Amino acid sequence: MRVLFSTMALLLVTAAGLSDRAAAQEPVITIVIRNHMFEPAEVRVPANKRVTITVLNDDPTPEEFESPQLKVEKVIPGKSKATIRIGPLAPGRYPFIGEFNEATAKGVVIAE
Amino acid sequence: MLGALVIVFREVIEAGLIIGIVLAASREIPGNKRFVTLGVAAGIAGSMVVAIFAGAISDAFAGAGQELFNAGVLGTAVVMLTWHNVWMARHSREIVTHMQDVGAAVSAGKRPLAALGIVVGLAVLREGSEVVLFLYGVLASGTTGASVLTGGLLGILGGVAFSALTYYGLLAIPLRHIFSVTAILIALLAAGMAAQAVQYLYSAGIVTVLSQQLWDTSWLLSQNSLIGRVLHTLIGYTDRPTELQLIVYLVTLVVMVALTRVARPAHPARATA
Repeated sequence: MRVLFSTMALLLVTAAGLSDRAAAQEPVITIVIRNHMFEPAEVRVPANKRVTITVLNDDPTPEEFESPQLKVEKVIPGKSKATIRIGPLAPGRYPFIGEFNEATAKGVVIAE
Repeated sequence: MLGALVIVFREVIEAGLIIGIVLAASREIPGNKRFVTLGVAAGIAGSMVVAIFAGAISDAFAGAGQELFNAGVLGTAVVMLTWHNVWMARHSREIVTHMQDVGAAVSAGKRPLAALGIVVGLAVLREGSEVVLFLYGVLASGTTGASVLTGGLLGILGGVAFSALTYYGLLAIPLRHIFSVTAILIALLAAGMAAQAVQYLYSAGIVTVLSQQLWDTSWLLSQNSLIGRVLHTLIGYTDRPTELQLIVYLVTLVVMVALTRVARPAHPARATA
């Protein structure tokens, strides 16, 4: 059941991501929050480009995606999706956290 | 528990600093505490509404609803703070010299108090909705509820104590200086908010220019540290500002100073007589 839901959710996000990409002409990256962790915890994006990150919060609890490095602060309610636009970024590592679950929710964007 | 305390504490102090400054700035206007209390109450009620509709807000405007909402809240606060400073530049002398004439002061002071009440309400709304969402999440997950809730409540108390400290610290300033000191604090507060607002507009894709990062002082003072957060709220400290943020910050300050200069009574000698 859980696997089924996750697969469906991922498909939904991918579909949403594709339509966003068509609209905005920006690369779209998808990150899922599950059990207060980011999956994947490490994403690679092209440098010097606007990039859209779609974050799907699969947990029932809200999370705040926060990164001063990426200049992002965004609350994502439980079981919902958020669109975050970042960049253009100089090549480098840009850590981000889930502020409500800082101990486990950690990730990094690598611009290259 | 400690984690919850820290999270709630830092949200509450952000609103608390603003409340402390507003209370001090309006200390000679009768009825200021009532307006600030109203602002806090409205802000708390509003933050629950915002938390309930967080999903809908987030989804609005092609996923940029939350950014636009924050930019709108901050932008409104900037306008209110500017208007307050202009009003005070025009009337502060009368308020100090005619303090006995309470009736006149009350009617004259109603309008800037309303503006400051709105600023307080918006500050509580922004930070409060995050606290509500966080605590709701804790309740929803069930397992560690009680200790985290205790932490959250302690965080709120700590934040309130911190704002009280700000207020009483500012009260220590002699009366003849308090208007100029709070005017400067409010100008910096507004400039910082304007710079934040424009960054939200950038995130929403409304503004797309001048995104170059100017410098990185996170090695010196991280924006995530307690002092960094306090300075972020107070003077808009940003460890990695963009060109756009710096320009908006400076323009807000210049506009604020220019408007208060224009508003100042032409014959200060007569006003003191």
